[in-house]
Amino acid sequence: MNLRATNRDIGDTTVVDVSGRITLGEGSALMRTLVRQLLDQKRKFIVLNLADVSYIDSSGIGELVSSFTAVKKEGGELKLLNLTKKVHDLLLITKLFTVFDVHNDEEKAIASFSR
Amino acid sequence: MRGLTQRIEVTLDTLLESVNLAEQITVRVAEIVGFDEEQRYRIGMSVREAVINAYEYGNAQDRARRIYLVFELLAAELVIHVRDQGPGFRLEDVPDPLAEENLLKTSGRGLFLIRAFMDQLRVIFAPAGGAEVIMTKRLPLPHSPAAAGASEG
Repeated sequence: MNLRATNRDIGDTTVVDVSGRITLGEGSALMRTLVRQLLDQKRKFIVLNLADVSYIDSSGIGELVSSFTAVKKEGGELKLLNLTKKVHDLLLITKLFTVFDVHNDEEKAIASFSR
Repeated sequence: MRGLTQRIEVTLDTLLESVNLAEQITVRVAEIVGFDEEQRYRIGMSVREAVINAYEYGNAQDRARRIYLVFELLAAELVIHVRDQGPGFRLEDVPDPLAEENLLKTSGRGLFLIRAFMDQLRVIFAPAGGAEVIMTKRLPLPHSPAAAGASEG
């Protein structure tokens, strides 16, 4: 399934509901475009809801890292919400769980930004 | 028949589409051999990552080059080879993606994932040229109906 994403603005936070596969090619490129567009719009508090992301490869992981650093560079924060077991396990073995702020509750994720 | 090696060879074009195709073929082979869903995912991901390496780095996205994918079903393990037509590389020269200074790098995790998901990983300079990634997974249940069926000649 191709990657799809829908944005929801909640106050100064944007929650992005992502579904499909974040993989080399189209999926990773769409993620990159999406986050860059939000930064262009000065939306720099971003929650990526990955509940419906069924698959992610090393390229997708790289894109998450790239998005994380791009948002941070703009003085914002990017948080991850509702990881599937596969994505959770990948972040764990790549030690990126120590880098990303990961949440299971949307309200808590939104409240956790240090504005 | 136990002990009889079965071999499947697939030649892939150096195209982005080959990455998905290789993964899909691998998952199907792993299913026939008798691996459960979790292991099929892990083996499929490993081949995907090896083919990404071949596509991006080994063959440098050069369409004139090929990627060779080989499955060997042995008595107790599935051995998968992914060979490109690039300059080759040594596994020990690949930076550790878990090192503090590499954690925020946007690439360099593919081989690490293969090592995590497979039982054995080797990279050789192939006699025919290029890098050859050789990964091995022990068969799940040697006497399960699926595995036995797949190993009958």
